[in-house]
Amino acid sequence: MQHEIISDALLVSNYIKGDENALEILITRHKQKIYSFIYSKVYDRDVAEDIFQDTFIKVIRTLKRGAYNEEGKFLPWVMRISHNLVIDFFRKNNRMPKFDNSGDFSIFSVLSDNSLNAEKTIIKEQVENDVRRLVDELPEDQKEVLMMRIYNDMSFKEISDRTDVSINTALGRMRYALINLRKIIDKHNIVLTD
Amino acid sequence: MAKIYSENSIKNLNDLKPREETVNFLLNYSKALSVINCNKMKFEALLN
Repeated sequence: MQHEIISDALLVSNYIKGDENALEILITRHKQKIYSFIYSKVYDRDVAEDIFQDTFIKVIRTLKRGAYNEEGKFLPWVMRISHNLVIDFFRKNNRMPKFDNSGDFSIFSVLSDNSLNAEKTIIKEQVENDVRRLVDELPEDQKEVLMMRIYNDMSFKEISDRTDVSINTALGRMRYALINLRKIIDKHNIVLTD
Repeated sequence: MAKIYSENSIKNLNDLKPREETVNFLLNYSKALSVINCNKMKFEALLN
């Protein structure tokens, strides 16, 4: 009842004089209007809560310092402070967009880093070097076909043209090249994976 | 359709209030803050 009778201006004046209860009445009277205004702009309960708190911290500091001089216009003044803080929030957010990862959907289920780390890069290089050395051990005709097919990515038609043999011969040489490679690997118990 | 959406959102907005803790924090902050005037300069002090 008392809350309705006392004007904002009087409450502000009382608060400046040291009446802490006046602030409580002011906050209670206007909190819903101010909070709804902030929420209608930011659509986030936590952010709205932060901006509401910052707004009143500014109000309290200004009033306690005696820097308030808009008697009778308390609510529009507070609304303007909150409006400015909302603008600050959006400015800050534009510079550094935030991704809210609190929901059911996790961004990390879509994003992944497929590049190899330093260890895996070294292992890959070692495996490739080992394979290269094994290939060097093959008979020249098989090695030639395998190099053209795997490293130069040529078709068997192109290989047969280049080496002056039939496609079947080229296919056969490739087959023997792979069989021989497997034999060498088995014979020496070489492990080519990490 | 538009009516349902707008009516609901307006109704929800009017129900919104800050948390009790936030209001209590502000009241306590106000009680703790004191401004000291000293030769035309103002100092803020937060006392627990």
